Amino acid sequence: MSNYKDIIASVKDTRGGIIEAFHALQKEYNYIPAEAFREAARVFKLSEAEAYGVGTFYSYLSFEKRGKYIIRMCESAPCHVAGADEVLKALENHLGIAVGETTPDGKFTLELTECIGQCQVTPVITVNSDPIGNIDPQRIAEVLAPFK
Amino acid sequence: MAEEKRIILEYADQINPENAGEYIKVGGYKGLEKARAMSRKDVIEEVKKSGLRGRGGAGFPAGLKWSFVPEAPVKYVVCNLDEGEPGTYKDRIICQKNAQAVLEGMAICGTAIDSTKGYIYCRGEYPYVVDLLNKAIDSAKEAGVLGDFDIEVRMGAGAYVCGEETALIESIEGNRGEPRFKPPFPGVEGLWGVPTIVNNVETFAALPYILSNGGEWFAGIGAPKYPGTKILTLTGDVNNATYFEVPTDYNLRDVIYTLGGGIKNGKKFKAVQVGGTSGAFIPEQNLNTPIDFDSMSAIGAALGSGAVLVLDETRDIVDVVTRIAKFFEHESCGKCNPCREGTFRAFELMEIINDGLGNAGDLDTLKILGRVMKNASFCGLGQAAPIPIQSTLQHFEHEYKRKFL
Ligand SMILES: Cc1cc2nc3c(=O)[nH]c(=O)nc-3n(C[C@H](O)[C@H](O)[C@H](O)COP(=O)(O)O)c2cc1C
Ligand code: SF4
Ligand code: FES
Repeated sequence: MSNYKDIIASVKDTRGGIIEAFHALQKEYNYIPAEAFREAARVFKLSEAEAYGVGTFYSYLSFEKRGKYIIRMCESAPCHVAGADEVLKALENHLGIAVGETTPDGKFTLELTECIGQCQVTPVITVNSDPIGNIDPQRIAEVLAPFK
Repeated sequence: MAEEKRIILEYADQINPENAGEYIKVGGYKGLEKARAMSRKDVIEEVKKSGLRGRGGAGFPAGLKWSFVPEAPVKYVVCNLDEGEPGTYKDRIICQKNAQAVLEGMAICGTAIDSTKGYIYCRGEYPYVVDLLNKAIDSAKEAGVLGDFDIEVRMGAGAYVCGEETALIESIEGNRGEPRFKPPFPGVEGLWGVPTIVNNVETFAALPYILSNGGEWFAGIGAPKYPGTKILTLTGDVNNATYFEVPTDYNLRDVIYTLGGGIKNGKKFKAVQVGGTSGAFIPEQNLNTPIDFDSMSAIGAALGSGAVLVLDETRDIVDVVTRIAKFFEHESCGKCNPCREGTFRAFELMEIINDGLGNAGDLDTLKILGRVMKNASFCGLGQAAPIPIQSTLQHFEHEYKRKFL
């Protein structure tokens, strides 16, 4: 973890760009590590409290270590009526973790999300922001097979 | 009637949205060229004449909004691509099918209000749209069509309230996305304190066609008081759960039965929620209503973002509304008490009722709570949060009562 300084430096001239910095860091590490967070606050001339206040406002940003693949289940109304609950149960069973947890091997984190704007193929999950639609609870193993 | 009318999406899947050259071949950037040859006042007059009203939900006349912008050395044009309303993906579709029209629309607005800098605020859930837009901007710059108008894409990070224009501005400034007090409106004092026009993606995308074909042409399409087309996204229990562009006088029943191909699996209709998760649930007897802004308001509903969620006869409305109440509890930014506390209590009550533990008194409490939230919340989120509850209590109260048994 050495290049976080470069990542932050690459957006430092963006006015009000701390959220852009958080995005860039999260893209690299899947979360925002404490050391990198402190550096971002410093570069954008915010107190750590202020920067933390900004970062934690946004549900897409995480300050806790997460797995290599972040699986998010959409639970908004259209996905809900399309059977999101059953998909979520199947995901929990398959991964052996509950929402908010990471598998012991550090591979998968399971989260909930509101609508991700792919409602033509409900129910929808995302794996690291890539949407996968028409999820059938029976076929979770197949869907997750490419992520090893 | 009952047919689609494609203006913004006419060349969907026929041109590469990243490529300015392909868009120019089908008539693109003619509107901007025309606008640049006109006086600023005349551009605004043309947009006023078209009758174009905001497609982000509030339905405010675009030309009128622009006319309030005072003189200032720096002004901004902001495109609202936050699209957080569940069941809505039309702004994504517009970008993926016709991104150049959005850029052209923003530049037309820039010409009208004398601004040389635009921002697109794209929701964090669409990183692939951010990539597409950046390529589209590069291509337009290379083609030289944007002139001195610069466009920068910023990304949101999973906060529904950031679709509210002042919260969006806070977010671009790098702050928590909490709404600001209005007035002053952004048109007078917006991003970094200077005049800023915030419009929805679909509003911007209509502008090239208005400028090239004339305001009068646009005013003649669809409903006279809310002219043009509207892109709808159908979800739930319909056969064709996809997107459509229709004239604004299109009938809601036709949306479901013609475009939507009717209810799935031969079942019967129960209710439709129009406008996304903050919209009202509409019963069968109100289906013969045109979808335009004012007709929907007249039946106590809202066109909103143009999302259409259809529920068949077997659906548990109270369960769906409970899920929606959780959405608002989660998305409330916490700035004001009626919404922070109200969305929490509303969700709590809905869960009690949904679990079969409620009573008639809970319904009364929900009604009072809804009135307080509607009247006392600081922004549109808290004001709209009770609508799904109130509208289902109005039309489907028996479904709540059935849960008491
Ligand atoms: C809670 C809330 C969420 C909103 N979300 C959006 C949104 O996602 N996209 C949008 O264009 N407008 C949204 N709006 C409306 C904007 O505040 C604003 O009215 C709109 O962007 C203006 O553009 P228009 O006049 O072209 O519609 C939202 C409003 C509220 C209160
Ligand atoms: S109404 Fe809700 S979202 Fe809006 S300012 Fe108040 S707490 Fe925030
Ligand atoms: S409701 Fe799940 S993707 Fe839109």
